[in-house]
Amino acid sequence: MTDFGFTLSKSSTLDLQNVDRERFEQLCKLEKGASVCIGCGSCSATCPAGILSGMSVRKVVLAVQRGQDVRSMLQCCMLCGKCTMVCPRGINTRNLILSICSIYG
Amino acid sequence: MKGNIVIIGGGIAGMEAAKSLISLGYSPIVVESSTKLGGHVASWYKLFPDMSSAKNLVSRLESEIKGATVLCGTKVISLNRLADGYSLKLSNGSVVNASALLIATGFTLFDAKKKEEYGYGVYDRVITNSDLEAWFSEKKDARVPDEPESVGFVHCVGSRDLKACNAQCSKVCCATAIKQAIEIKERFPYAKVYCFYMDLRLFGKKYEDFYINAQRDYGVQFIRGRVSEVGETLDGRLQIKAEDTLSGKPLKVQLDLLVLMSGIVRNQSIGELSAMAGLETDSDGFLRSIDNEYAVIESNRPGIFYAGACTGPKTVPETVAEARSAALAIHSYLETL
Amino acid sequence: MLCTMIYEGKQRIWSEYQKDIPDDRWYYVRSCIRQNFFPASEKMFTEITRNVLGKDIYETPHHTTCGGIAYHCDTIPQETAMTIVARQFALMTEAGYENYCPSCITSFGNYVEILETWREYPELEARIREDLWKACRREFNKPRYLAHSSDLIYRWRNEIAAKATHKLVNGRTGEPLRIVEHIGCHYAKMFPSKGVGGAEYPYVLAGMIESWGGQVVDYPERRHCCGYGFRQYHVKANRGYSMSNTYKKFESMEPFHPDAIITNCPGCPYFLDRWQYVIAEQTGKTYGENGFGIPVLTYEELAGLVLGYDPWDLGLQLHQVAVEPLLDKMGVEYDPSAKYLGLNREDIMRPELPGSIKCF
Repeated sequence: MTDFGFTLSKSSTLDLQNVDRERFEQLCKLEKGASVCIGCGSCSATCPAGILSGMSVRKVVLAVQRGQDVRSMLQCCMLCGKCTMVCPRGINTRNLILSICSIYG
Repeated sequence: MKGNIVIIGGGIAGMEAAKSLISLGYSPIVVESSTKLGGHVASWYKLFPDMSSAKNLVSRLESEIKGATVLCGTKVISLNRLADGYSLKLSNGSVVNASALLIATGFTLFDAKKKEEYGYGVYDRVITNSDLEAWFSEKKDARVPDEPESVGFVHCVGSRDLKACNAQCSKVCCATAIKQAIEIKERFPYAKVYCFYMDLRLFGKKYEDFYINAQRDYGVQFIRGRVSEVGETLDGRLQIKAEDTLSGKPLKVQLDLLVLMSGIVRNQSIGELSAMAGLETDSDGFLRSIDNEYAVIESNRPGIFYAGACTGPKTVPETVAEARSAALAIHSYLETL
Repeated sequence: MLCTMIYEGKQRIWSEYQKDIPDDRWYYVRSCIRQNFFPASEKMFTEITRNVLGKDIYETPHHTTCGGIAYHCDTIPQETAMTIVARQFALMTEAGYENYCPSCITSFGNYVEILETWREYPELEARIREDLWKACRREFNKPRYLAHSSDLIYRWRNEIAAKATHKLVNGRTGEPLRIVEHIGCHYAKMFPSKGVGGAEYPYVLAGMIESWGGQVVDYPERRHCCGYGFRQYHVKANRGYSMSNTYKKFESMEPFHPDAIITNCPGCPYFLDRWQYVIAEQTGKTYGENGFGIPVLTYEELAGLVLGYDPWDLGLQLHQVAVEPLLDKMGVEYDPSAKYLGLNREDIMRPELPGSIKCF
């Protein structure tokens, strides 16, 4: 193969029809609230780990919806429960986080 | 002539106002340019949030305004100011004098063809919210596939769109999209249904409940990002582009049906009437109320009142409430003559 | 038209975007780069318009770049481009012409943008007139009509069809050839009303294809940029972006099995043509039949084939992707041994042939 000094760049496009929703559906069974997230970001704004590590429960939920591997995204969670306190949809985010951990193993 | 009232427009605003005026002892004349009463609502399927039948509402109103003179297929040709009212020449050749006029001319649905990037009228599987309502009622539209695997809804088509010269939020489309998404899910439980929105504006009573139901019970996927482009694949499916703004990534998906939520825009045929009557238009192009907080149903001309979407996008309950309010205002006005 | 698409819907949009294109007396300006990329294209334009159609097409050797490429690469400010353009208009005025026809799409876009800017800000136009006078003592009239040279070929497409010796029809099957039309971004995306057919469903090339017997392929990434994108290509570190955009288009058009691609921009045919080789080298993938690529032609080259010109006189031997499969389908006669003979019939040397994509 000729070396041209450049190659095809990987597209960042999300191909929605090929997204695997299975784990999100599993999650909705374990934590019903997962389905009603509106992505408001209150959880992430108030997270004591997020300001230091970049952890974001909002992004985790979105990533599960988009079929991505989120294992590394929750490592800094301390299960303090502050996100549960602020969620306007009343999602039990502690249960959400633990459920995600059990689904992804 | 005292007590003569002409209602221009026989949609639910005009009909509800006629009903109220009849109960106040008047015999209003309803002038409707199309061949039947009921306006847009007559061709809809179910109303939110209670999912009651739109046709039942219209037929009930029809039976309740037997005391009015209804002139369908009739337009106002000219309108002159008299000392104590107005003289209207109608397209059926008659001349009617009225002490008060109610403008209930409603709205026009944005012509989705103007947003060329969505390919309405070019791609076979692209329809509008009103096409889908008609399909729910009649089940006759070859564009809707028998077993769609995936259906998309585009919110804000021609509304909140400065380029389309419609800055206003069309108000009802978010709830309509969610209602229709749920109705699609009920018919096709295995279809993936996506709503592409810029903001979700679910302001009305129980609208948010609708949203929660759609998320939780129907698995409708809400994508915050506006569809930018629609193309057609070899097998006739649609390929659309949007941004998944919450993850900051471009997104594509293939769909079997795309529903455009055409917005409520000013009635495109109101210009002549408003010029004849000397009615002012507001900066959004709708008829201008004397104020938008306290006197929405009052016009700048004595004896001319407004009800419904002629002054801006309105929901059904808002329209009905304005119609009743306008009937009372007309009654009070006639008392002063 | 392939697919289930509603043709009348497109016709309706096309009818809303028609522009006045006078039938004669055009002042023609060449592109900076087209003569290097596809050397016979502009020559064919003057040959067809003057000698086949009998039109008055005037050229002057005094014209320069329009400054568009530098403007779009962010190396000169727009005022500089405007002064260059003002000089071009002065040359047109001095020659006694009112209809201005650039051969380059970015140039066309540059002229449209400048004229629209002047319409919006007349004081800027006045300043540029002053600058031009100070710089070279010239004055100018603005063109009465501005059209890209593909607009002109579009204008005369039926006259060309009437003189055609070859149709865009597969001689073996009798089926219309499936042609992808690719429009340069600067043709109408900035000012949709200035392009024939608008920007979403441009008709300028589609009209030629239909008129000459072919079938237009409308594939999902039809509107996407060819990938050249000036700074995406000119900065070598970004060249992967350039090729990836081209790749995206090829992946999208592949299921439609196009017989050829035609374009109306200087950069598009070059990159759609050359990147097919690089993509083949890097991924092993080819998009034509039997290991060939999809031939990419300029509209002038295609018009030349339709009118029966010798493919080697059209410079088709300078394409990376072999054009022979298209010539065979159209029934165009050619001498394979003459492919690499120059105009003087002497050998111009043969390129090294790649192994990844079939070429002759």
